[in-house]
Amino acid sequence: MALLEIQNITRMFGGVCALNGVNFSVEQGKIHGLIGPNGAGKTTLLNILSGMTPPTSGNILFSGKNIHMLPACRVASLGMARTFQNIRLFPAMTCIENVIAGQHLIASRPLLPRLLQLPSAWRQDHEYEEDAMATLSRVGLENRAQVRAQSLSYGERRRLEIARALASRPRLLLLDEPVAGMRHGEVSQVAELVRILAGEGMTVFLIEHNMSFVMALCSRITVLNFGQVITTGSPDTVSRHPHVIEAYLGVDKSS
Amino acid sequence: MDLHHIFTQFYAVYGSLINFIGINSLLAISLYVTLSAGQLSLGNAAFAGIGGYTAGILTMYLNVPYMVALCAATLMSGAVAVVLGFPVLRLRGVFLAIATLAFGEVVRILAINLQITGGAEGLTPIPNKTQAWMIFTALALVGYFMAVLRRSRIGWSFASIREDETAAKAMGINTTWYKTLAFTIGAMIAGLAGAMSAHLNYIITPGEFGFSAAVQLLIYNIVGGTRIWYGPVLGAALLTALPEILRGIGVSAGPVRMGVNGFILLMVILFLPNGLVSLFSRRKD
Amino acid sequence: MNIFLQQLINGVFIGSVYGLFAIGYTLVFGVLDILNLAHAAVFTLGGLVALWLVQNAALSIWLAFPLATLLSGILGLVINAVAFAPLRHRPDTYFSGLISSIALAIIFESAALGIFGARTVRFPINTITVHIWQVAGVTITSLQIEIVLIAACLMAGLTWFLRHSRAGKAIRAVAENERTARLLGIHVDSIIAFTFFISSALGGAAGILFGLYFGALSPDMGRSIELKGLAVIVLGGMGSIPGAIIGGIAFGLSEVLTVAISGTSNLRDAVAFTVLFAILLLRPSGLFGRKQIRET
Repeated sequence: MALLEIQNITRMFGGVCALNGVNFSVEQGKIHGLIGPNGAGKTTLLNILSGMTPPTSGNILFSGKNIHMLPACRVASLGMARTFQNIRLFPAMTCIENVIAGQHLIASRPLLPRLLQLPSAWRQDHEYEEDAMATLSRVGLENRAQVRAQSLSYGERRRLEIARALASRPRLLLLDEPVAGMRHGEVSQVAELVRILAGEGMTVFLIEHNMSFVMALCSRITVLNFGQVITTGSPDTVSRHPHVIEAYLGVDKSS
Repeated sequence: MDLHHIFTQFYAVYGSLINFIGINSLLAISLYVTLSAGQLSLGNAAFAGIGGYTAGILTMYLNVPYMVALCAATLMSGAVAVVLGFPVLRLRGVFLAIATLAFGEVVRILAINLQITGGAEGLTPIPNKTQAWMIFTALALVGYFMAVLRRSRIGWSFASIREDETAAKAMGINTTWYKTLAFTIGAMIAGLAGAMSAHLNYIITPGEFGFSAAVQLLIYNIVGGTRIWYGPVLGAALLTALPEILRGIGVSAGPVRMGVNGFILLMVILFLPNGLVSLFSRRKD
Repeated sequence: MNIFLQQLINGVFIGSVYGLFAIGYTLVFGVLDILNLAHAAVFTLGGLVALWLVQNAALSIWLAFPLATLLSGILGLVINAVAFAPLRHRPDTYFSGLISSIALAIIFESAALGIFGARTVRFPINTITVHIWQVAGVTITSLQIEIVLIAACLMAGLTWFLRHSRAGKAIRAVAENERTARLLGIHVDSIIAFTFFISSALGGAAGILFGLYFGALSPDMGRSIELKGLAVIVLGGMGSIPGAIIGGIAFGLSEVLTVAISGTSNLRDAVAFTVLFAILLLRPSGLFGRKQIRET
């Protein structure tokens, strides 16, 4: 079953067409990759999916519900979480605080019991903190819980951003270049995490330039070039597609 | 000499200073609320004015009980903030600051030109009803509210928006709603402080709530620190008492006092970007 | 109708001073995306220093004017070195720069108070010879014409400078993209310092002209023009030089016309700030703005 259906999405910036009639769907519980050369419109598409940018025309169905007109916060509340290509953490917060902030959609933390100093409030805080700690250990940052995000290494930041996205227990996780700039060991760590998440039933849609990562991990791949879909299919069929080799892989291999 | 006597003596000399510290602390916290959601508003002095005029008009012309007037002033400032907040909070950074500044000027000009506000000379005589214990009870309650708010859903949302608004949206935070909420809570606290101040000073004039007053609130926050609610209180207390402190060490010239004020601000922003409170609460990195 | 015409002319005169003040303001914003709130203090000091030179050093105004302008420019270098350069690489540089410029504004204003006293001071009567002409029932003074001419020359000079000179092109390059400018071999830090010099020199010159036009100067005169200057640059579009000039004249006109129509000076600023408010809500990039209202 398709969790996410992208129908005829077009986006113009001024007179420039960033996306032109994009069509494909993301299956429930699968890892779906989006590849394409720089400037192909990948991040624009991700911004449209998450409600950050409205499409010029077209529809997006998220578990059957039309979301293309909804603001980002409503889209997120339907169960979609994302990371950013240029990492947007809360720099002055510690790692665990970043994750606790990320629990916004699942944690009510009401004000009144707190004002009245009811023990239920502190019990609740404690539970959410344990939950956040568990999420941190999923990305291997449990030892860095009390460190501020701004003092993390590049790879740690990427992983913390994934943890923050996981904190709201999304059904669909959008990752924008999750392993960019990571060392080899970290890449396989993230790949393992994504695989486990998908095994638990989460759907993952990711943009990535690291081809071995994408090819090994994704069950379906969509290739975008100049704002248009070249093809969508399994890693095998995609890598043999002549237009893909011409537009992307051919260039990539020689560089 | 018994303790009570010492206290009465002290209060007789420094009473008005202590009251001003309380009022200015409330005003500083009112701006802290909006800053804690990452929004730079320079309209809080105007909200204090709205509160002061509302309460003053109610007690002077309609003989409304003081406590009722305080509540009405708080609600009035809050209501104006809701109406103003939705359009202006779409603006970012310095543009929001300018828009709220323009709002403050419009309020000031209105106060000068309306009859019911007493025109340029101000509204007087407002009955003197505010007592020190009321100011500090209000301050304690507001401080407690802020301390508790921090760990609530609202507090976390404010902090997220302050750190990165785009990321906050992607996390499902309805930023428009929370920004307006921060703006409104801030305006209500300012309105309360303004109403108390008007009933402390017998008078409220349009000049008290202009640009300089708005900037002064910002200075309290920066000097004290905006990472925790008592930072602004510390800043307000220190800078309100500064003239007395300087007089105590033999400096009384106005320009020097003002210069010291500016110099403290400059030193804090250059060397203590998280304010004076960061001297006491160093979190390890 | 002559009174009306007279008001229009007065509005243009005062508006040209606002415009001159505002282009300095907007120039720094255009290059650095930072509001320099010490600009109004430089305006005040420029006027007061010129007055001091005329009164105490017995200089001709034609000598005092360039000297005070130069000194204002040097104040700009101080502002940059103390309030902006140390904070440039901080993540919250927009906000902290705003605060540190407020700090300097307070320090400058207290210096003006300490040196020149709190009272209002005037240029001596014979500072500048004033001819008065009656043209079609409208009074124009030679002083007004000189003010407009000086303001116009400075604005035209700046426009030419930014468009054609090497340093001016470098300023525009830094405004467009600091990193690219650095890669092109432009010495960005000196260009920024130079921008502050020009900006503050223009601000100081505006203060002198303002003092000459109204005859009176006081240490707190910067406060009201601070807000007006903000209104003017928002009206014209933040960072836009022609916008600041047109915005300044529009603001001057709106002031005198509001007074003329309402018959009271109490409402003088009301129209202007209401318009400012409306523009921020409806078209925040201003009438001539090209910059997006950025995220930080």
